[in-house]
Amino acid sequence: MKVRSSVFASFILIFEVIGVALFLRGFFPVPVKSSFSSKSKLSDQPAEPLTGGSHNSSRPPQPLFKRVVLMLVDALREDFVFGPNGRKYMPYTRHLVERGSTHSFVAKARAPTVTMPRIKALTTGSIPGFIDVVMNLNSPALLEDNLIWQAKTAGKRIVFYGDDTWVRLFPKHFMEYDGTTSFFVSDYTEVDNNVTRHLDSTLKRDDWDILILHYLGLDHIGHVSGPYSSPIQPKLLEMDDILKKIHGSLISKEAEGSLPYLLVLCGDHGMSETGSHGGSSEPEVNTPLVLLSPAFRRKVGMEQPGVVEQVDLTPTLALGLGLPISQNSVGRVIPGVLEESPLRDQLRFLHLNGHQLSCLLRDSIPEHEKVSGFEQFRVAEKSHGSWVKLYLEGNTSEVLTNMGKKVLKQYLEALAAMSSALSKQLGKYDMYSMIAGMLLVVLLLAMPEALSGAAEVDLPVLPALLSLPFYLLCLLLASVHVLVCTSAESSCYFCSLSWGLVFAAVAFSSAMFCILVSMATSRLLFTNPADLSSGSEWALSELDVLLLAGTAGHTFSLAASSFVEEEHQTWYFLLNTLCLAVFQDVCRKYFRERSTSGDEEEHLLPSKDCHPSVHPQAEVCSERWLALATPPLTLACCRLLRSLNQTGVQWAHLPDMGHWLNSSEHKMVLSLLAALSLTLIYFLIQRRCSWVSKIALALGLLGVYSYRAAVGNVLFPWQHAGRNVSKGTVEARFVYVFVLGILFTGTKDLLRSQIITADARLKSRGLWEIYSGLVLLVSLLFRAHNLPVLCCCLLIQTLMAQFIWKKLHYDAAQTTIMHYWFGQAFFYFQGNSNNIGTVDISVGFVGLESYVEAPAIFLTALSTYAGPLLWACHLICYLSSETDRSPVAVGHGCYCLALLRSVPAAAYIVLVTVLRYHLFIWSVFSPKLLYESMHTLLTAGVCLFFSTMEQSHSSSKS
Amino acid sequence: MWDHEIKAMASSHALIASSLFLATVVPAVLVQGFSVYGTHLLWLYSVSGTVSLVNISVFWLLGVSPPTKKHSLGYKLSRLFRSCIYFLLSCLFYHTVVVLYGAPLIESALETFSLAVLLTSLTTLRCLCVLGPNVQAWIRVFSRHGAMSVWDTSLQITVACTVVGAWVGAFPIPLDWDRPWQVWPVSCSLGSVIGFLTGLVAAPAWIHYHRKQLTYKCK
Repeated sequence: MKVRSSVFASFILIFEVIGVALFLRGFFPVPVKSSFSSKSKLSDQPAEPLTGGSHNSSRPPQPLFKRVVLMLVDALREDFVFGPNGRKYMPYTRHLVERGSTHSFVAKARAPTVTMPRIKALTTGSIPGFIDVVMNLNSPALLEDNLIWQAKTAGKRIVFYGDDTWVRLFPKHFMEYDGTTSFFVSDYTEVDNNVTRHLDSTLKRDDWDILILHYLGLDHIGHVSGPYSSPIQPKLLEMDDILKKIHGSLISKEAEGSLPYLLVLCGDHGMSETGSHGGSSEPEVNTPLVLLSPAFRRKVGMEQPGVVEQVDLTPTLALGLGLPISQNSVGRVIPGVLEESPLRDQLRFLHLNGHQLSCLLRDSIPEHEKVSGFEQFRVAEKSHGSWVKLYLEGNTSEVLTNMGKKVLKQYLEALAAMSSALSKQLGKYDMYSMIAGMLLVVLLLAMPEALSGAAEVDLPVLPALLSLPFYLLCLLLASVHVLVCTSAESSCYFCSLSWGLVFAAVAFSSAMFCILVSMATSRLLFTNPADLSSGSEWALSELDVLLLAGTAGHTFSLAASSFVEEEHQTWYFLLNTLCLAVFQDVCRKYFRERSTSGDEEEHLLPSKDCHPSVHPQAEVCSERWLALATPPLTLACCRLLRSLNQTGVQWAHLPDMGHWLNSSEHKMVLSLLAALSLTLIYFLIQRRCSWVSKIALALGLLGVYSYRAAVGNVLFPWQHAGRNVSKGTVEARFVYVFVLGILFTGTKDLLRSQIITADARLKSRGLWEIYSGLVLLVSLLFRAHNLPVLCCCLLIQTLMAQFIWKKLHYDAAQTTIMHYWFGQAFFYFQGNSNNIGTVDISVGFVGLESYVEAPAIFLTALSTYAGPLLWACHLICYLSSETDRSPVAVGHGCYCLALLRSVPAAAYIVLVTVLRYHLFIWSVFSPKLLYESMHTLLTAGVCLFFSTMEQSHSSSKS
Repeated sequence: MWDHEIKAMASSHALIASSLFLATVVPAVLVQGFSVYGTHLLWLYSVSGTVSLVNISVFWLLGVSPPTKKHSLGYKLSRLFRSCIYFLLSCLFYHTVVVLYGAPLIESALETFSLAVLLTSLTTLRCLCVLGPNVQAWIRVFSRHGAMSVWDTSLQITVACTVVGAWVGAFPIPLDWDRPWQVWPVSCSLGSVIGFLTGLVAAPAWIHYHRKQLTYKCK
């Protein structure tokens, strides 16, 4: 069976995407859950241990607090309160921390530091799996056992104001609520006023027990302008005033004799030095936790706050309110909160916490006996029993107190050990699915003949299907599957698939394997005799060596976490070297030719050479100088773009031009820059379009500028000073209309060239129009300060295509690799990194009134991967315009692109499997894995487009 | 064939390498608190100064550079002047390339320029010594199959090794190990010096083992 190479390549990429998906399903662990799906009940609570006694009370302990106010400030960093600036930012809170009856801690949040997983962590006490990030935008109701459900079941009345993620997570749990959407990132006053406006009336009333406030403004400021910008201080002062107001009203409401109140100030996650979050750098992870209650001892001065886990708040609140601790909580109660209650109650609280942890431990870890904390808890429980016995006998001696203290210490040690064992357990993988996915992916790396440039691939399907190894392999894989699925206690996703599907997959992959192996062997056998003769001819140029070594080196560099964090540096470095190598090639080409005329100084003084020559040669001469100027110009562009957005981790905090442009003083410069970029984009893109698209493009780009002006990023020349900022929906939709129009014209041209006229010129125009439609869409989605990135992208593409790739006769493989490298570098130039935090989700709302899932995801993916996509599309345009020179260029390019994408993807999957117990697996390697799989998916789409293009080409030929 | 020349080259390279070693050791004895990481720029300049001096004197004594037709003092002076200009231009060129590779433009300009000086004295200065301030000859030597003598081949090898060494030296900078040699430009200058030493050793060895295959066009 003969298949065109591009079809084969896209087929293989799609198959690889399936493999990656299977791997991801196995890699991201399902969080620790107790085997019972029910929720903890008060009646299930263990009795107080008592040795030898007949009656042991299972009475639940007295709650410590009557009312709880939980004030959650999104992205509140630890140093905003405890740092040297804390006194300036939050004076009242700082005063309370230093002098009031408070406990203050630094609460460590776990990666991913994104709001929804953090809310889940705070309420369930478990550590949500990484995959929750992906679900972040679409949060369904939380079904796990959690604090809010427990409180509601116990009859507590809960009032909630703030981020509507809570409302979606806990539908019908709140007596009263008002959710605000967090998606208009540029708004940071309205979101908080929406919360504060309810406060006065609520605080006056007495009909609630728990009040939860979630303030979003600070997070929005961080996203827009970073943690050191000017709006931070007024916002924190506002938060401080709110805390003062709540505290004052709680004090005034406090009645003698009743239980005290508790006011909690916390953050769900911190803020990195650039203002984003999602990773696990220190400022993102460290959040303040301030507990305020008259029940606590009064402080006498600033103490260094202790360090606790964020999930420790859950059992503390549960015990403080007299609720059962939720089942999957891995936190341990904060001992400081209990210190003022009698020793018996303290021990009882710790016992309850320990019991819950040990139950969870027993359910989730098969060899739980080996965990040291489990045994320690047993011992502590026993001595607790004998202590209670002595206590009930009325013994009040010094010995009893000392013994009680010892039991307390034992409990605390046991809790710490069990909690850390459980947290470690969270990285449990479904190895079988992982290996199955990995095998699928790695298998496809055996793509033979990738660089040969053949138009067609001969797939020996029938002989492979009839061969013995195929059946043996089928049998082997099936038996392995049966063996694994029947023997393993833990649940595998791959096992839960239906048997028919699994056997189809088994047959398919063994067929693939047989085919690929037979192809490889036949290739080896056939080329062996020819090798000797062709070996000497097949010399690699320096550029080839660089391209191959760079691809391999980048793949290897993914094994180091720092190189993953700073991957942009790798690409910038390689791109620079590539440009220098190209420069050397150009120099060699143009200086070699003239070395016959041995003027010593001629290359230093170019004009000397040009002027005396005859006039028709002047064009050749200027072209030569343009060709020579292209690589240095590219280098200069890359250097400028590099300083536009600082990404990565280590140097992300350095000031960059993007921040400088976005500050309000430089709005004028930003406006001029944006206008200039848009004009340049128009001139670079319009030359190959039809006149209809030219007009549409011009209007569309005008629309882009007016959208940016409406949103408030740039100045409009004849704009009233007092015009308020809108969402710019009308302007954005105006642009969308033109985008669709241009895409439609392009598609029409393509179809016409394919079906009716078979005109190569029409086809290349159609392709270019589709490309320009894409550029217009991207220019709408890019932030104003990123428009130069797009502009430089187009400039480099134009120059390179005109003077380098055509003139130096680079073949399809070389051009493809260069395009891929440029695409990768531009991915980072536009401000992306391998961290989830840098994905700009506000793009999903351009031109939409409210959150609609499908377009939001599409737009976000498009704008995030704009660089690689634009370069891949340009590759199609370029290669299909080059078909006269080499007719198989498109297919060959597609094959190379598929290979370039699947080599790092497959290598990375193997690496992640090997490094799955690495310290940074969740913070560094997992986000990168998501990026890699998304990129593979997009490349599969591009390759499909490639193969349709090649098809039309071959049909037009026939 | 060229046993004599290879021997001369090997001994001159040994001389240069030992001078490099001395340039590291002698200041360590003489100057208080001298270390390769701590007072990096001092080490860097001591190395580049020593290498330049030794290079110039060795090649002057050996008389490798092409014989000049005119022996007038004015011509010699103009050659010297042109050499100085080329040296400076080459420093600026390396500086620009390093900045294009991502070195900060303003902040550590001194460090970057020092690296450029080091690279120049390891590469361009040798070219100046062997070929003279003759750009056409440089282009010939550095284009494919352009070497016309043993010295040209050794020049190709050492220059390539030095540049590749500096290039490789940039790799460990993004790693988060917080070592003193990761500070800009320590790893790059160390890489270039190590590359240079490798080149010094490799050039005579390579020429010795390939002396049968090497055929040079007559001058």
